[in-house]
Amino acid sequence: MTAQAALLSAQGIGKTVKSGINDLVILQEIDLSVTSGEAVAIVGASGSGKSTLLAILAGLDTPTVGSVQLDNEDVFALDEDARAQLRGRAVGFVFQSFQLLPALSALENVMLPLELAGRPDARAAAAAMLERVGLGERLGHYPKHLSGGEQQRVALARAFVVQPKLLMADEPTGSLDAAAGEAVIKLMFELNAQAGTTLVMVTHDEQLAQRCGRIVRLAGGKIVP
Amino acid sequence: MTGLAMRMLARDWRAGELRVLALALVIAVGSVTSVSFFADRVRQGLGREAHQLLGGDLLLLGDQPWKEAMSAEIARRGLAVAQSTNFISMAQSGSGDGAKSLLAGVKAVSGAYPLRGKLRVAPRLNAPDAAVAGGPQPGTAWLDERLTSALAVNPGDKVRLGNAELTVAAVLTLEPDRGANFFNIAPRLMMNAADVAATGLIQTGSRVTYQLLAAGERKEVDAYEAWARPRLERGQRIENLENARPEIRASLDRAQSFLGLTALLAAILAGVAIALATRRFVERHLDGCAVMRCMGATQGKILSLYGAEFLVLGVAACAVGCAAGFAAQELIAHWLASIIQAELPQPTVVPAVQGALVGLTLLLGFALPPLLQLKDVPAVRVIRRESGATKGSAVVAYVLGFGTLVALLLWQAGDLKLGMTVVGGFSAAVVLFIGLAWGLLRAASSSASMRFFGARNAAVRYGLANLRRHSRSNALQVASLALGLSAILLLTITRSDLINAWRQASPPDASNRFVIGIQPEQLEPLKDFFRAENASLPEVYPMVRGRLTAVNGKAVSEKDHPDERAKRLVEREFNLSFMEALPTHNEVSAGRWFDPKSRKEAEASVEEGIAKTLGLKMWDVLTYSAGGEPFTARITSLRKLRWDSMKVNFFVVTPPWVLEKAPTSYITAFRLEPGTEPLLDRMVARFPNVTVVDVSAALRQAQGIIDQVILAVQFVFLFALGAGLLVLYSALVATEDERRREAAIMRAFGASAAQVSGSQRAEFLVMGAVAGVLATCAAAAISTLLAQRVFQLDLPMNFGLWIYGPLTGIALLSLNAWLSARKVLSASPALTLREG
Repeated sequence: MTAQAALLSAQGIGKTVKSGINDLVILQEIDLSVTSGEAVAIVGASGSGKSTLLAILAGLDTPTVGSVQLDNEDVFALDEDARAQLRGRAVGFVFQSFQLLPALSALENVMLPLELAGRPDARAAAAAMLERVGLGERLGHYPKHLSGGEQQRVALARAFVVQPKLLMADEPTGSLDAAAGEAVIKLMFELNAQAGTTLVMVTHDEQLAQRCGRIVRLAGGKIVP
Repeated sequence: MTGLAMRMLARDWRAGELRVLALALVIAVGSVTSVSFFADRVRQGLGREAHQLLGGDLLLLGDQPWKEAMSAEIARRGLAVAQSTNFISMAQSGSGDGAKSLLAGVKAVSGAYPLRGKLRVAPRLNAPDAAVAGGPQPGTAWLDERLTSALAVNPGDKVRLGNAELTVAAVLTLEPDRGANFFNIAPRLMMNAADVAATGLIQTGSRVTYQLLAAGERKEVDAYEAWARPRLERGQRIENLENARPEIRASLDRAQSFLGLTALLAAILAGVAIALATRRFVERHLDGCAVMRCMGATQGKILSLYGAEFLVLGVAACAVGCAAGFAAQELIAHWLASIIQAELPQPTVVPAVQGALVGLTLLLGFALPPLLQLKDVPAVRVIRRESGATKGSAVVAYVLGFGTLVALLLWQAGDLKLGMTVVGGFSAAVVLFIGLAWGLLRAASSSASMRFFGARNAAVRYGLANLRRHSRSNALQVASLALGLSAILLLTITRSDLINAWRQASPPDASNRFVIGIQPEQLEPLKDFFRAENASLPEVYPMVRGRLTAVNGKAVSEKDHPDERAKRLVEREFNLSFMEALPTHNEVSAGRWFDPKSRKEAEASVEEGIAKTLGLKMWDVLTYSAGGEPFTARITSLRKLRWDSMKVNFFVVTPPWVLEKAPTSYITAFRLEPGTEPLLDRMVARFPNVTVVDVSAALRQAQGIIDQVILAVQFVFLFALGAGLLVLYSALVATEDERRREAAIMRAFGASAAQVSGSQRAEFLVMGAVAGVLATCAAAAISTLLAQRVFQLDLPMNFGLWIYGPLTGIALLSLNAWLSARKVLSASPALTLREG
């Protein structure tokens, strides 16, 4: 595995925040490389810094030190808008709290990234994607009328509809019961496999992590063996 | 891109996210536009109404008959035209020993006279009068009350005027264009212009005033005036409203101030409502924007998407608002048509432009700053919800927006001082409200108060603790509530006080008879006469006739004054007076009232209007010629007079020692109640040299105009009231989402319904009381300021306001607490929490 072949790589990532008069170290000396098509789980206890790491890898948050290359771009050499464009081109997201827009129907939520990208076939593509996640009958439903599992499936459809190179998932089953969580994970891995997407998933669930090809463990802000 | 913005607009609209904002805009634009439309038309209409004081829209006066070309031009422009001929002549009645005669002011009118307003006549003395179209028929004459009783004639009797004999047809009770300068006028005899030649009274050298009147489309009247002005010959002039009766002018000025003020208030309140509504919109869209940032939307893209969405919404709402404003003012105009009498001129397009501009500025000024926050939302908010947006750029945008709005409103109000007072006062009030609300809420939730009120009740304790936790957002909410509430209190409770005070300016019991020419030796007998008649003794003022001859030693010439009114004032004799104390209906506006005992220097107090007209300043030395004797006095004070008070007023007043040696007569004014007219006859019989002037018709006219103006102003109030209500509503729902989430969490952790509603009640009760008290103070302060500055009136203390104000605040927020608790308790906590 070389740095050139990696879709995502991080070198020397550190994150320190001010907490009162003290500096609080959240992440330190993180080196990570993820190649195309790989599925990596980042696991760790609550407060170990795994969500912050995911945010930095996706260019949502900035590190105090270190650099990240994503799809051959130096993420933090770009300004915020260029990072947003990079995300739009290469990254899909699934969040623990779904992050669907409450005023938009399921179909419109899935259409949104396509519309932002100016795709004229947004409606048809989004409808087809919802069909694939088993919500073909619920296109016009609003998030508040969908169960947690259904909302996360809409979020999956929204993430995959733009055919991202990399899917970032932050505790995707964190808000779901076991059965719904299982169904969502199964779907996520299926879609991932079909699209050949690279997956980086943050979870505290060991069992879930085992389904990924590689596990990166985080403790006290450091990668541990 | 535009397509996406439109789709976002449709989606947000469907979700109900934009309705409050759109309503705020429609009401804002609607109220500004209708106030503007209405004010514009009523202003024009009232101006026209006031034109009846001239008898037409334009009055030309001359000492020679008007040339045919001058009147033909009026007709050529499609305007109505009328003429009158005015002169003084002896009118006689009866014959032999029973013959009576009196010098009468004769007015011979052409058929169309008067062009504005109506003459009123009664079939006999003291009978009810009615309006009539046109003037007397040829061969007949109408005599006013004074002339009818002096000549002892009844309708049907004959009066002789020169070589002509006319039949008395009616008692003339109201002549709309009769001026208030009754010192120089004789009782009226009105006749038809066709009979003038038969009298043989008009010869070369006769003192005659020829009036030429025009009325019609404003534009044409103005065009005619512009055409006629350079063609005026020596001895001819044009009279305009500014020169007409000051007491009516005062009412119109007040009305204009009030209309402008109300429009300002409505617009600013609407701005606050828009700011509150947009803030809520933005808070609800922060998460969505963070998600869009994750999906690759750049800051510019987010700004342009929401900017376009708001712009389209704004343009649509402005269009609806303009239409609503136009419809509303059409309704008012229709409703007021019978009251205003004068036909309202067509609205111009300016109010629509003003309304739309104000609407778009409100949107940009008050909605753009919160919208700018949306673009600054960090994408990491999707993972860490507490990540907010920076607020730096918003401050600049608010300042810019507010500045533009102020400029627009000043343009609309057309009165810089008034506008700045309102805007400055409003800004100060907002800052003060937020500060006071914050302090009071902190005090109410202090640990001492928690121990006292919350000792036995956990819900109350939680409610009070909430006050402290949210002290900043609560202070903002209370300030907004107080703002809306004070507008509502001002427009409901103190409105009637203001209106009453306004009516009192020309009260129904104002004097309706002036008695002039009382000789010094008649003073005591006159007082005895009134005492014997059991009538209330009127205040008697000395009056000296004097001509202004020099200012600061420089001789005064009419050539120095281009202004027509100034020219005439310089030519004429003034009514001067001397007294020790400042009359109650006068107010010193500059300098100080003289010390009557001091004889160091002769001092004079001058009415500020005439000082302005004649260009007189404080400390100028005036030289007058009174009874052939010159005297000088230095201006040591300027006075503001209540011209609509119908009381005796003087342009120039000195201490007694300065003028008491000059030839003096006395003047008084009193109220003659209907049915007590015989008192007048007895007084005239006892003091035959005095002249009684009946101003009851003029008084009725002044009161009628005030009533109409008040009606118009009250209606305009309603729009500001609507805007105030909207602010109130926006402020109430501003924190609804947050409270619902908190209540749902409380419920999820097992809080009972009573605990949830109890804690909300405690919190809202305190907020309501604070908002109510603040609003009451503000309403009281604003109304007092308004009364003093705009109306120059004293406002009595309104105890009701101090009771209803705080109670309204408490009642309103208690109702809100109940509604909000009901909403929270009826929804499942899970659903509320899931909605985020």
